[in-house]
Amino acid sequence: MIKKFFDKIRPSFEENGKLHAFHSVFEGMETFLLVPHTTSRCGASIHDAIDSKRIMSFVVIALLPALFFGMYNIGYWNAQYSHIDASALSMFFYGLAVTLPKIIVSYAVGLGIEFIVAQWKKEEIQEGYLVTGLLIPMIVPVGCPLWMLALAVAFSVIFAKEVYGGTGMNIFNPALVARAFLFFAYPTSMSGDAVWVAKDPILGLGGQVPDAVTKATPLGEAAAGHPMSFQFGDMVSGLMPGSIGETSVIAIAIGAAILLWTKIASWRTMASVFVGGAVVAFLFNVAGFESNQVANIPWYEHLALGGFCFGAVFMATDPVTSARTQSGKYVYGFLIGALAIIIRVLNPGYPEGMMLAILFMNMFAPLIDYCVVQRNINKRLRRAKTQK
Amino acid sequence: MKALYKIKKGLDLHLEGEAAHKVRTIKPSAVYALSPDDFNGIVPRVVVKEGQHVDAGDPLFVDKATEKIHFVSPVSGTVAAIVRGDRRKLLHVSVQSDGKQTCRQDSPIAIDKASGSDILASLLKAGLFAFVRQRPYDVIASPEVMPKAIFVSAFSKMPLAADFSFAVEGHEDDFKTGLRALAKMAPVHLGISPEQINTPLLPVKEVQVSVFAGPNPAGNVGVHINHVDPINKGEVVWTLDPGAVVMIGRYVATGRVIMERRIAVAGSGVTEPDYADVLVGTPIADLLDGRLAETDRHMRIINGNPLVGYKSEKDGFLGAFSREVCVIPEGDDVDEVLGWIMPRTNDFSTNHSYFSWLQGRSRRYNLDCRIKGGERHMIMSGEYERVFPMDIFPEHLVKAIITGDIDKQEELGIYEVAPEDFAVAEFVDSSKLELQRIVREGLDLLRKENA
Repeated sequence: MIKKFFDKIRPSFEENGKLHAFHSVFEGMETFLLVPHTTSRCGASIHDAIDSKRIMSFVVIALLPALFFGMYNIGYWNAQYSHIDASALSMFFYGLAVTLPKIIVSYAVGLGIEFIVAQWKKEEIQEGYLVTGLLIPMIVPVGCPLWMLALAVAFSVIFAKEVYGGTGMNIFNPALVARAFLFFAYPTSMSGDAVWVAKDPILGLGGQVPDAVTKATPLGEAAAGHPMSFQFGDMVSGLMPGSIGETSVIAIAIGAAILLWTKIASWRTMASVFVGGAVVAFLFNVAGFESNQVANIPWYEHLALGGFCFGAVFMATDPVTSARTQSGKYVYGFLIGALAIIIRVLNPGYPEGMMLAILFMNMFAPLIDYCVVQRNINKRLRRAKTQK
Repeated sequence: MKALYKIKKGLDLHLEGEAAHKVRTIKPSAVYALSPDDFNGIVPRVVVKEGQHVDAGDPLFVDKATEKIHFVSPVSGTVAAIVRGDRRKLLHVSVQSDGKQTCRQDSPIAIDKASGSDILASLLKAGLFAFVRQRPYDVIASPEVMPKAIFVSAFSKMPLAADFSFAVEGHEDDFKTGLRALAKMAPVHLGISPEQINTPLLPVKEVQVSVFAGPNPAGNVGVHINHVDPINKGEVVWTLDPGAVVMIGRYVATGRVIMERRIAVAGSGVTEPDYADVLVGTPIADLLDGRLAETDRHMRIINGNPLVGYKSEKDGFLGAFSREVCVIPEGDDVDEVLGWIMPRTNDFSTNHSYFSWLQGRSRRYNLDCRIKGGERHMIMSGEYERVFPMDIFPEHLVKAIITGDIDKQEELGIYEVAPEDFAVAEFVDSSKLELQRIVREGLDLLRKENA
């Protein structure tokens, strides 16, 4: 039935059809709904059923627990400060109402650009943005205005991805570039104390929070030199202020399990990020920085705080921007974890270091690979010499 | 003492319709054909005219560069057609059989007395040197550069592949004779699977035997070379498929060129898949006569196995190097909705986002030829490495080929590989790149540059 529908409307999208300008959208929708009939022309006749659509869909599925928890978390903090009695369900729906516009804006702007580029380059629409488009709303504070989000998405899709040649060719993780863009262009909307709680009621859900109420993230508190007002239990469950998707360790762990089980994310990268973070945080713990609150956060709390888990699971493991050799992944992951903690502790300006650590290592991933591959090359050269 | 190599990387894939160990007799065909496309890297020059009489073993075409390598007729009869395509490219030369199968008679070779160059000269004249391939470039070997070693793999782990232990049954002596003859020219390395250790294939004291245990592509001769004696820049290694070794042994013992091999006729599109003793160049239609399963689905005929073979039509001919002919569903008539999210329990995937891992390793699949995804840039990392058991970075090598960086290709070991080594990687690739084509084109370009 679906096939008949597509066959019927196909002519208007072909070369001389009146809707030819939208043929990439048509193809995108068709391959989305129907598996293409294309069979192999040469080489292997049979192929594995896996494709990038499947992979990207599973990353999106893996993100959902963290996203849903984030929605609940938004409602929870709104209810706390507006002093209303809200059921868990209405908290969730409040969060949904706050988050959904962000997701829609992100997809509309990002996919719009992707469609235009695909049309222009006469390529298929690449599904990489399905993941990026969901990641971006999840790593911004709840108070981030929609227009800012739209601007950041446009900036990152164009300058971090399409100018390099699209999904698979980019150097930096586009979602993090979007966040970095916001962070440096609009610092007051991205950090500080005011942006972490949704304040206005929407569609009758949620309560009005007085403007005077502010709530810092735990890392923000520590960076400002105050003791943290959260327990380790809160950090694991995620009931604390933070970017929408990053707070709950449990929800992220579910996503991590999905990614690792389907082998979409590399366990090498993921594990070594945690090892790197733990080692460096532990060193700061014992090094005796008396006056630095952040240095004295126990190492296990460091791993549970801020964007560390989220970055380790969903960002560092992005196969395109991370190291591509198996041994390179250990180095890459370890350095991300280590750098993230170093930035947190030693840089008072940025309470969170994960974003910068990953972007920084994105830049060095090719160098790590170069070293690993060069070892293989040198081995081959040596072999050739000893033979003669 | 046999060296044992345990291969860990790779993927065994079981398809429906593996050939049973039975041989079916197929009546002699009327027309046979030899195609120069099967012999990579040579430019043919036809030496016969239409209507001319040839015996089995008489050359139909030779290589233009040296004119030393003869490509000979599998049957006796008259040359029926010299078929050319665009720009007069020779497609094939077909011979109408006279039904007598008269064979050119050379004198048998006494291996003990013959020198390496005697053997080489005889094989060239007999048309059997055409079955010797070389690395680098994976092309028909040049008779002017002697190799540092000759590698033969006596097994294949490809899906639906013919089992050589069965294909050689009754001809083990020819196989051993062939190996002995080759050993006169260069050291010979034979790779066998663990199941072949105590079989009549052995012993041959002139060759060095290595045992390779592990999943596909453990049977690829490229994997054997990489483990036993890797190729360095400037070195040449010859490789032969074991069926060609049997032909060589037969020629050495009798002085007659009989280009017969036992091939598997397999796949889910074949009723009662089994083996057949046929000559190279047999029409596919005769091979599959009355064998195709009744179905209204589109089917694909493959010359070779589904991973490295090439698509063929019913009016095609058995390829010179094909050890099996497979028939599997084409798949262009299947409508599947929302495939990217459905469980798809009938499909196979190494990825756990599908459920093949729940269905046990022995489950047989009936896969069709759909690519099941759009071509993308390389996104996932480490995919190729998991199924590429050689000390080479496949992903980086493929990238170097795509970008045309010849220095990098050399450094990364392009001289050691053949397209078939990338077959399993091509199967698992989620970006759906045509790896075997990419590697083939890379090798051809490099050969041109280095010439």
